[in-house]
Amino acid sequence: MSLAEPAALPVAVSAPPRLNLMTRFTTRFKASLPAYLLLLPSLVFLALFTYGAMGRVLIDALYQRATPRAPLRFVGLDNISAVLADPAFTGAVINNLIYAIGTAIPSIGLALLFALALARTNAVTSALRAALFLPVLIPMVAASALFLFIFLPNVGLLDYYIGRFLPVLPNWLGDPDIALYAIMIITIWKNAGYYMLFFLAGLQAVPEDVMEAAHLDGAGPYQRLRYIILPELKPTFLFVIVIATLNAVTQVDHVFVLTQGGPSNATNLVLFYIYQQAVEHFDIGRASAATLLTLAALMALTALSFRTMANRESGP
Amino acid sequence: MTLIDKLYKDGPLATRNEITPKLGFLLTILLALAWLIPFLWMGVATLRPASDGINLMAELMPSLKPTLDNIRDAWEIGDFPRYFLNTTIICTGILLVQFVTITLAGFAFARLDFAGKTPIFYLFLMQLMLVPVLLIVPNLSLVVQLGLYDTLAGVMMPFFASAFGTFLMRQAFEAIPTELEDAALIDGASLIQRMRHIYVPLSLPSFSAFAIISVTSHWNDFLWPLMVINSPDKRPLTVGLSVFTKTAEGTQAWGTIAAGTLMVIAPLLITFLIFQKRFISSFVTSGIK
Repeated sequence: MSLAEPAALPVAVSAPPRLNLMTRFTTRFKASLPAYLLLLPSLVFLALFTYGAMGRVLIDALYQRATPRAPLRFVGLDNISAVLADPAFTGAVINNLIYAIGTAIPSIGLALLFALALARTNAVTSALRAALFLPVLIPMVAASALFLFIFLPNVGLLDYYIGRFLPVLPNWLGDPDIALYAIMIITIWKNAGYYMLFFLAGLQAVPEDVMEAAHLDGAGPYQRLRYIILPELKPTFLFVIVIATLNAVTQVDHVFVLTQGGPSNATNLVLFYIYQQAVEHFDIGRASAATLLTLAALMALTALSFRTMANRESGP
Repeated sequence: MTLIDKLYKDGPLATRNEITPKLGFLLTILLALAWLIPFLWMGVATLRPASDGINLMAELMPSLKPTLDNIRDAWEIGDFPRYFLNTTIICTGILLVQFVTITLAGFAFARLDFAGKTPIFYLFLMQLMLVPVLLIVPNLSLVVQLGLYDTLAGVMMPFFASAFGTFLMRQAFEAIPTELEDAALIDGASLIQRMRHIYVPLSLPSFSAFAIISVTSHWNDFLWPLMVINSPDKRPLTVGLSVFTKTAEGTQAWGTIAAGTLMVIAPLLITFLIFQKRFISSFVTSGIK
């Protein structure tokens, strides 16, 4: 393209613009240099641990070692198809879906209830907010240590107090049909207070004069919730749903401490599967393939939620 | 119900006689109490003497003969001072480097005009979407290649750059009136001097909000240090607690487990109770980004 330019234009005119372009480029770069220097430290670490990591996952997923000491072999998409054909992986995906829906809906519902009840600030509501927020602060590992005893068969807190009213005492973490729901309780307990904060912030955006007008018009609590508060909280809902989904995929510390994915893979979640492949089976190829699939699913989900958010904002 | 009536006295006139909000409030009180039960058990079990036996272990009524034996046992079995030290080093190290990286990058995005600003901004944005926890496998192999396996530096490094922190500082710096900087410019202050003497001091609330979020999340981190650390003396609190729990579980020493858990969560809990408002507003900011 640059070769054709002089021919098409008179020489006298063509030379200065090209020179201008060069000088403009260099002056622009020179002017930008301080900014680049300021961004450099961040970009180095992002390049190593975020973009580079993405690239390495893509490449690692294409290679395989027959044994931990064998040389790397290019296998194309074999790892991906092997992971997709692995019942442990598909099981983990299904568990994770149940876990995501079963933790997000109750914790978000409770968070909304808490926020509505504690929206006004006084000594009592502040204390209650703090009580509900405490689990957010403690490590998931510590929460798991406490729930280890809560779920302990026969002597544990749950059996000691509630078990008396049941004909058969369940083995909360030992029964494959119950274990996933048991660890879901921990997540709900830990996250509801966190989501409550966002609803509390969202409620402040509800215009007071609109609420007053609704009161004057005789709108009941249900009507005020349905027609004024919930529409106002839509962005908060969307945001909290994204966070809850991310949490469902990235929080697996309780699986480590309480069940190790068992009994019979009933509590195996996707991230724990990835960890098992990488650390216990030394199968980086499969671990990378599973990571890739999970990342793709998460990014699609995030993109989708951003699109719905954008559509909603531009809509009527 | 009269207590709740009293609490609703300053509410809007129309709602004073409504029953639904009060029922919701009552339910919230009950749930908040239920939310505290694990903490209550932890406290009661920590002080319960071993002579009470396993059958009373779940009793939420405190023992009449409280003892500090469990705390002493936990202290002796687990290497908690070491774990504390490691976690403190990790959190402080991450935070100090982050302060530098997010200040520089935040300033560039807030106040400087440069070629490729928008694409680079999107590059940062991507970090928020590529959840770091999911990249543990490639990041572990990188840490091994860098020779940082089984070191605290290896645990810290992936978090040295923070997109969230950069956005937070960008927002804080943008809110500072340019007139202040212009005055400094006339006095011949360099870029770094302007940042150091104008932008940073005026953005301290944002720094403290970021510090709370950063320290809380890395204090609680488990999976990543579990993968990077191999030597027992380099374990952070979370990894130490999980090993400790496994050991004590075998001997049914539930009082000791409760004591160990209490020791691990006490620092953050106490800090929270002192700086409640600041914590809560920081967590809200973290979400609004």
